[in-house]
Amino acid sequence: MSRRTFDSVSVGDTFGPTEVAVERETLVAYANASGDQNPIHQDEAFAKSVGLPDVIAHGMWTMGATSSVLVEWVGDPGAVLDIGTRFTKPVVVPVDGSAVTVTGVVKSADEETRSVLVDLTTVCGEDKVLGRCQARVALA
Amino acid sequence: MAVNTEFVGRIYPPSGPYAVSAEDIAAFAAAVGATDPVHTDVEAARAAGYADVIAPPTMAVIWEQRSSRAYVADPEAGIDYSRVVHGEESFAHHRPIVAGDELTATTRVDAIRQAGGHSMITVVTDLADAGGAPVCTASSTIVVRGGE
Repeated sequence: MSRRTFDSVSVGDTFGPTEVAVERETLVAYANASGDQNPIHQDEAFAKSVGLPDVIAHGMWTMGATSSVLVEWVGDPGAVLDIGTRFTKPVVVPVDGSAVTVTGVVKSADEETRSVLVDLTTVCGEDKVLGRCQARVALA
Repeated sequence: MAVNTEFVGRIYPPSGPYAVSAEDIAAFAAAVGATDPVHTDVEAARAAGYADVIAPPTMAVIWEQRSSRAYVADPEAGIDYSRVVHGEESFAHHRPIVAGDELTATTRVDAIRQAGGHSMITVVTDLADAGGAPVCTASSTIVVRGGE
């Protein structure tokens, strides 16, 4: 892929909605790749014992998956200058899996640095699971 | 156990170096659905101008969390980890993390705020490369839920 050009992007441009599936195996893979082995992300009985409705995804998995959708639009993972979010609601992952849906909108553009600020919205069903998720990306 | 607010401003000694491998990058990319070949194919990465495969933008959390553990697990810090939830996260990248990097991480306790019976702790970790040049600044806010 190659990096999207600044001149091809306008404020208000959108991408998505893109659905990303999340299964229990996804969370095991994320736990192994990230080193975060908290059992609330893998063990249903443990998760319920601490008052959760079921296994929940790592917040950082959700942020990572959201970032991947952004990168697909940008065309270069190295273009992400910064990305930040709040974690507002957990993504509950029952035994038959779940999904999040990601959309993005270009909020502002800076001609001098050829970068844009993107607002990202990630939902699971009706729940907005990330709050104030924003990224600044450098375009070609 | 109460969160010890005297820790604000404390800077922990650098941890690492952490070696960044192509295998670790590929595994992390697969787990977050990052399909760009610059994560897995060194030729694609070089064609895009990188020295080797690069990490997805949120992968810095691995080294950030390894480094901040010294604070979070410090008994004097007063953090009951069973009551911790992740509140906020952000990464400012000075350059992409590349396979072959040897990262050193320096964590500081940036702020501790009390709200609604909970403690909100912001921890900032600077990742630098073997030459000491900044690579990424990761900021994490954890919420320690208050007792009933």
